[in-house]
Amino acid sequence: MSYIRLVNVTKKFGDVTAVNNLNVELGKGECFSMLGPSGCGKTTTLRMVAGFEDLSDGEVWVGDRLLSCPRKNHYTPPEDRNFGMVFQAFAVWPHMSVYENVAFPLRLRKLPPAEIDKRTKDALQATNLTKAANDSPADLSGGGKQRVALARALAINPDVMLLDEPLSSLDPHLREEMRFELHDLQKKYGFNIIYVTHDQSEAMALSDKILVMKLGVMQQIDTPLNIYNNPANKFVFSFIGVSSFTDVEWRGTQAYVKGSNSPLPSGIIVPDRMKGEEVFNLASRPSTIKFTTASDEMGVPGQVIRKAFLGEIVDYLVRVGDQDIRVQIGRREPGPEAGEGCYIKFLRPFWYKANED
Amino acid sequence: MAKGTIKQDSGFGVAQLILLVSILVLVIFVAWPVLLILFNAFFVDGSFNYRDFYAVLTEPETFQALKNSLIIASMTTIGSTIVGTFFAWLVTRTDLPYKTFMKSLFLVPFMLPSFIGALAWKMLLSPNSGYINKFLMDMFNLQEPVFNIYTYMGISAVEVMYLFPFVFIQVCGALERMDPTLEESARISGAGLFTITRKITIPLVMPSIMSGALLIMLYSMAHFGTVAMLGIEQGIYNVPTLIYEKIHQSGGSFESIRTGTVLATVLVVSAACIIWANQKVLSRGHYQIIGGKSFRPMELKLRGLRWPLLIFCLAYIGFTIVLPTVVIFLVGGVSTYGLPLTWENLSLDNYKYILFEYDVTRDAIFNSVALGLAAALITMFAGVIISYVIVKMKVRGKGILEFLGMLPFSVPGSVIALGVILAWSGQFGINLYNTVWIILVAYIARYMAFSLKANSAALEQVHDSLMEASRSCGATMWQSLKDIVIPLVRPGMISAFFLIFLPALRELTVSIMLYAPTTRTIGVAIYTLNEDGETVMSTALAGIALILIVVGQTLINHFTKKAGE
Repeated sequence: MSYIRLVNVTKKFGDVTAVNNLNVELGKGECFSMLGPSGCGKTTTLRMVAGFEDLSDGEVWVGDRLLSCPRKNHYTPPEDRNFGMVFQAFAVWPHMSVYENVAFPLRLRKLPPAEIDKRTKDALQATNLTKAANDSPADLSGGGKQRVALARALAINPDVMLLDEPLSSLDPHLREEMRFELHDLQKKYGFNIIYVTHDQSEAMALSDKILVMKLGVMQQIDTPLNIYNNPANKFVFSFIGVSSFTDVEWRGTQAYVKGSNSPLPSGIIVPDRMKGEEVFNLASRPSTIKFTTASDEMGVPGQVIRKAFLGEIVDYLVRVGDQDIRVQIGRREPGPEAGEGCYIKFLRPFWYKANED
Repeated sequence: MAKGTIKQDSGFGVAQLILLVSILVLVIFVAWPVLLILFNAFFVDGSFNYRDFYAVLTEPETFQALKNSLIIASMTTIGSTIVGTFFAWLVTRTDLPYKTFMKSLFLVPFMLPSFIGALAWKMLLSPNSGYINKFLMDMFNLQEPVFNIYTYMGISAVEVMYLFPFVFIQVCGALERMDPTLEESARISGAGLFTITRKITIPLVMPSIMSGALLIMLYSMAHFGTVAMLGIEQGIYNVPTLIYEKIHQSGGSFESIRTGTVLATVLVVSAACIIWANQKVLSRGHYQIIGGKSFRPMELKLRGLRWPLLIFCLAYIGFTIVLPTVVIFLVGGVSTYGLPLTWENLSLDNYKYILFEYDVTRDAIFNSVALGLAAALITMFAGVIISYVIVKMKVRGKGILEFLGMLPFSVPGSVIALGVILAWSGQFGINLYNTVWIILVAYIARYMAFSLKANSAALEQVHDSLMEASRSCGATMWQSLKDIVIPLVRPGMISAFFLIFLPALRELTVSIMLYAPTTRTIGVAIYTLNEDGETVMSTALAGIALILIVVGQTLINHFTKKAGE
C-alpha cells in the first residue's frame, strides 16, 4: 500500500501547464527525488505537495489523508499538514536564536515546555548544533544555517520532509557531507523525503526512486539504477550523466556514421525501428566505450582528436566520420595518443530517432 | 594597501587639492553656519553661558514651541507609521486588485507639497468658512462647525496625509525584498497567517518600519509649512514657526536671533539623536533577508474584503489628494474667496493674472526656477567631487571630510536658514542679506545631502578596477575620470540634479526666513499672499506650482527610466 499518492496532479498558470497529469506512488519511508531542467515543474510539484500552490486538478494523498483535491474543493493548508520543509536559501529566521528557531514549530503545537525542550535539544543534537543553540543564525556559516533549517524541520517529527534544493547553496565538500547526514537522519527517523534538485549525483546517492520531468510531463519514474541504465527515452538518456549522440545514416542497406567512408561493422546491430529513418542517433556514455583493435567485429575506426588526463580517468575525444564522440577509460588501461588512429567499441549502444526528444 | 586609484607621493598634489577644496566647500556652506548657531546659543558677549541658554529654553513661549513640535511630530509619526505600514502590507501581501497601480498611486502624495495641502485643507475644514464645514452645517442645520483643522489633531492629520509615503516606501521595499521562504517555512512549521504576520513578518520588517518612522519624526519636528498654515491662527507654534515668527516680527533683533539659535540648537541635537538612533536600528536589526530564487510571496486572500478595501484605498487617495487638488484649482478660479464654486463663478483670469501681470508671482516663479536650477547644478557638481573623495580616494585627512559629509543630513532647513543669516549678513565681510544669493547659499547647504547620497551611491557601483584597467591601458588619471568614471556616474548625477531641482522649486522652510520683497520664491509667495488675505491669488499660484511639480516629476521619471536602461 503506497503512503504518498499524487493522482493526476495538474497545475496551470494561465495558459501554461506547469505540471501535466502527474501520477506518483511512494511507499512509507521512501526517499523520492525529482530531477529535470529548470522550468520542468519539479519545484511546482513540491510546492503543491507542501500546500503552497493550489492544484488545478488531481489529488494529493498522504497516508489516509486527502490533502488537496480541487474537485472536492478540499484543501489542507500547509500549517496543518505536519510536514517539514527545507529551502534552498535556508529561510532561518534571523531574529530568533538557533534554539528558538527549532523550538518555534513545537511552541505552535502547544506542547508542554519540558517536551519542547527535549525535542528541540534532540533535534539540535541530531544535527550537531548543540553548541550553537544560543547563537544567532546570522553568525553561522551556510552549512550551519542549513543544519538549523533541518533541525527545525526534524523537531516536529514530520510525516514527510520536503527538500527544495537544500544543498545547492553549500560548497561542494559540505554538500557531500550533508547529503550523507540527511540519509542517516532519514534512516533514523523513518520519514519520507521528497527532494527537488538539479544535482544528479545528489539524487542518485539519496533516492529510492527518481522522477525525471520535462516541461511538466513525467518522463520516467524509477530506481536510480534503472534511470541510469535503462533510460525511458532520449531525453532521460541525455539528461542523466554524460552522453554522446552520434549521427548515423543509411546508405543503401548499410548504416554509416555520418561523414564516414566505412559502414558500421557487422557486430553492431541496428534495431529494426530505425529502418526508414534517414538519420538517427547512436547514443553512448563515455564510460561505456572501450578502445579495441581492427580485428574486433564491433570495432569502429576513428581518430583521437584530444586526450586529457583527469586523474583517475583519461578523457578522449574521438572523431568518427565528422562526428565527435567522448570516451573515458581508467588511467591504468592502455589507450592511444592524441592524433593516432584507433578503434572504438560501443558496449551498450542506445538508438534514438534524430527528431525524437 | 598602496594601490589606490589616485596616489600621490609628493606632499601636496592634485589629490590634496581636491580634498582641500571639498573640505572648504562643506565648511563654508554647512559647518560654519551651524557652528555660528551653536556659538551664539552658548556664548553671550564672548563668554560661555549655559544659564542663559537654559533661561531662554524655559521661557513659556519657547518651551511651549518645543512641546508642540514634539506633540505634533509624535502624532504625525504614529499616524504615518500606521497608515504607511498598512497600505504597504496591502499592496505587497494581499490579493488587492490592481496592486501595482495602487502602489504607484500611494506615492503621489509625495508630489503634493504639504503646505499646499494644508492650504487646501484650510479652505475645506476651517471652522468658519471651510467648504465641508459649511456644507455640513447647511445640510444638517447645525450651529457649530463639525471639524476644526486648527488643532494638533488637524495639523498632524494633514502632515500624515503627505508624509506617510516615507514609511510606505521603506516597508514596501522590505516586504518585497524579503525572502518569501522565511514565511513559508513558518507556515509549514504549523503557523497560521496571523501568527506568521505577528511572529515573523513584522519583526523582520521592523527595522524598516522604525527607519521610516524616524525619518518622519525628523521631518515633522523641523517642518514649517503645515504648522504655519494651520497653527499660527490659533497660536500653535512649533520650533521652526517660532524661529520664523521671532525673527520676522523683530526684523532680526539680537533677542530674537538668540531665541532662534537656542531653538535651532535643540533641533540640531534632536536631529542628530534621531539620525543616530536610525543608524543604530538599521545596523543592529538589518537582517539579511534577501532570498535566492523567489516565488511569489504568500498572498493573504482578502475574499469578500477585496473590493471594499480597494474602494477604501481609492477613497483615501481621493480624499487626501484629489479633493485638495480640485479645491486648489477651483478656488484659484473664482474672483473672490468665499464665492460658491459654481460654473459661472469660475474663470482662468487669476491664472493669467499671476502668470503674466502680477509682478509678485511672476518674480516668484522666476526666482524659484532660477534658484532651483542654480542650486541643483552647483550642488550636483560639488556633490560628485566630494563623494569621489569620500568613496574613491585614499588620502590622509579624508576622515574630516567624511564627518563633514554627514553633517548636511542632520541639519534641518530652518537651522540652515538661521545659520546662513548669521554667517552672511555682513558680520564677516560679506553681506548677502536681502539678496537672492543668500537663498542660493542656503539651498546649496540644504540640498548637499541629496547630492552626496545619490552620487556616492553611483560611485560605489564603479569598481576601482575599472579605473585601474583604464590606467593600465595608458590613460592618464584625468582621461580615466572623463572617459570611464563620469559616464558611469552620470545617472547618479542626473538623479541628484532632479532630486534637488524639484524640492527647491517648492521650497518654503528656508526661503521664508530669507526672502526680501523682490526675492520671494513660489512657496514664499503662496504663503505670504495667503497671510495677506489674497487667498484666491495664493491658491491660483499653488495650482501653477502643482502643474510645475507634476510636469517636473514626469520628466524625472522619464529620464531616470532612460538612465536605468
